[in-house]
Amino acid sequence: MKYLDEYRDGQVAAKIRAEIERTVTRPWTLMEICGGQTHSIVKHGVDRMLPPSVELVHGPGCPVCVTPLEQIDKAHAIARQPNVTFTSFGDMLRVPGSHTDLLRLKSQGADVRIVYAPLDAVRLAQEHPGREVVFFAIGFETTAPANALAVTRAAALGVKNFSMLVSHVLVPPAIAAVLEAPGNRVQGFLGPGHVCTVVGYRDYERLADRYRVPIVITGFEPVDILDGVLRTVRLLESGKVGVENQYSRVVSREGNPAAQRLVASAFEVCDRKWRGIGTIPRSGLRLRPEHEGYDAERRFAVDTLETAEPSVCISGEILRGLKKPHDCPAFGEACTPAHPLGATMVSAEGACAAYFAYGRRRTQEMSR
Amino acid sequence: MSEASGFALSCPLPITTTDRVLLGHGSGGRMTADFIARYFLPAFRNSYLDRLDDQAVLSIASARLAFTTDAHVVTPLFFPGGDIGMLAVNGTVNDLAMAGARPLYLSAAFILEEGFPLSQLERIVESMRVAAKAAGVLLVTGDTKVVDRGKADGCFITTSGVGVVAHDRDITAAGARPGDRVILSGAIAEHGTAIMAARAELDVETPIVSDSAPLHELVLAVLDAGGEIRCLRDPTRGGVATALNEIARQSRMGMVLDEEQVLVREPVRGICELLGFDPLYVANEGKLLAIVEPGTTDATLAAMRRRPEGRDARVIGEVVDDPEALVVLKTRVGGRRIVDMLPGDQLPRIC
Repeated sequence: MKYLDEYRDGQVAAKIRAEIERTVTRPWTLMEICGGQTHSIVKHGVDRMLPPSVELVHGPGCPVCVTPLEQIDKAHAIARQPNVTFTSFGDMLRVPGSHTDLLRLKSQGADVRIVYAPLDAVRLAQEHPGREVVFFAIGFETTAPANALAVTRAAALGVKNFSMLVSHVLVPPAIAAVLEAPGNRVQGFLGPGHVCTVVGYRDYERLADRYRVPIVITGFEPVDILDGVLRTVRLLESGKVGVENQYSRVVSREGNPAAQRLVASAFEVCDRKWRGIGTIPRSGLRLRPEHEGYDAERRFAVDTLETAEPSVCISGEILRGLKKPHDCPAFGEACTPAHPLGATMVSAEGACAAYFAYGRRRTQEMSR
Repeated sequence: MSEASGFALSCPLPITTTDRVLLGHGSGGRMTADFIARYFLPAFRNSYLDRLDDQAVLSIASARLAFTTDAHVVTPLFFPGGDIGMLAVNGTVNDLAMAGARPLYLSAAFILEEGFPLSQLERIVESMRVAAKAAGVLLVTGDTKVVDRGKADGCFITTSGVGVVAHDRDITAAGARPGDRVILSGAIAEHGTAIMAARAELDVETPIVSDSAPLHELVLAVLDAGGEIRCLRDPTRGGVATALNEIARQSRMGMVLDEEQVLVREPVRGICELLGFDPLYVANEGKLLAIVEPGTTDATLAAMRRRPEGRDARVIGEVVDDPEALVVLKTRVGGRRIVDMLPGDQLPRIC
């Protein structure tokens, strides 16, 4: 399959791997930002292919994992209402809130549906004018254009029974938070390829400059990731900072202006809480005032919920790259994808779930 | 800039309990296994059921009979390459085939929703007639129930079947031994992908059709050719990954698989990439996994490849000694990972 096979080629991968080994003279700690990259790394066993001196830590780029408890509880409160059809991306259904998750609400009679595209939720609203159709608009800059399109389309079509529960987050403030966290070990970043497809990488140049780190905008296939690691290590070894674009077949410096305009027309920047991390100023998106009629939080008045999150697992430290999943005593024992203790065990993109599914739970297995 | 620095980290309460049935309990994955172990096995415990095979092989008088049952629910009822009627026949035929049996007789029970179009029922029945004829089985008894509108999704079909086991081998999921070869009869994930594509209303240029087909002739051909089969599974819901984990667990053996040898056709790969699914966990309805004694690997492959439903049979891996029963995949790019059983259904990823 074009654009996949050539980036999963074992011989090409072996060459890059050898080049990484030749380049590295001392230990380096890199962070891949994106949950999609984490997923690919463990799915293809890329971390196993790196020399021991290059360590990958997994970043906060799993949208499902960082969606704050308040918003999840609000989602559950809205989904419980009898007249509501609640729509969401698939992997949000298993994420626990204070009391339950969407899969369990569904078993109790709530009308919860998986959609692939936010426009499908708008179409549902048109098909069922008697029901309130709510879409859970989460994600990074990657999903923002499609979610913005849903609002603007609903407005253009005059669809009144559609609304969105918005919990959008932005990557650059999270990178800054990682770098400013006490005990930070991350020395270089594999930047988020799909996010930069939308927004370009000028913001990342400012970050690299301000914090004196190399950032290599990287794709998602194993060869992309190995190449991203090689480029980052080269920059680190030569003491250089700045941005390189490994994913140039998709990403340009300016990004996609049409998508950016669409996002700006529907959303504005706001402070946002990140699950396991805390509030990061100007790290989120909310609906602009002119679209507040489509804001599910206003329509359903669910802002007085009490949330309850006991501190039992280390997902916050994992999301900030301070710890690895197997550093947690609960990992793979008390905490599994079927019974997650933390958000990072829930989504397929979450570091713990990815480690679990693709088998980093034991070192013994490596010897085979 | 951020308040994150001194932040007390926290995370959600586990939701380990449920007082209701969840969809995941029917996924075929770990939740299903736990559910069966908790609610059904203790109540009905016996030496046949405890084997957790797709069928029971019963010795009655001097004959060995294979006996099985399978409930069929599918949305949409009609999909590219088949329909619920064809699945209901082939599914039960294949459960019998996985004991090396020749399927002989089926029963069928229909649960129909009030208002279900009779034209659709006729199509389903005709499809069952054709499938039964092709598989050489007779539908000898049945039942019909109609429920109020809204109490069922159109049409549910449960079929049971018996077949005769003419050989004296013990084919069971607990039979794998170190060094055995893992053989897969063809390209994977076609049924599940066809259903998902139909549900998502994807306009795919190359239509993907379900692989629903009877497999007993393929199994009998291997046995006739002297293939020493230890375990057989048709990797339906939960896919190849789940079936191999079941065998590994029942046998208390590990497996090492070679991703390069697992055939996934281009359009199927495309859809799975697009929808964010791993083909190893996607359902098949006309493929089998055979664990065979290494010395008879070539005879098994040759016998399979002589038949159309086994044309693309390949060795995809090997059984290894591992009391933890891990299934490990050597990835195409040169890495390794464990292929575990999923807890519930695969959920599409956000991006």
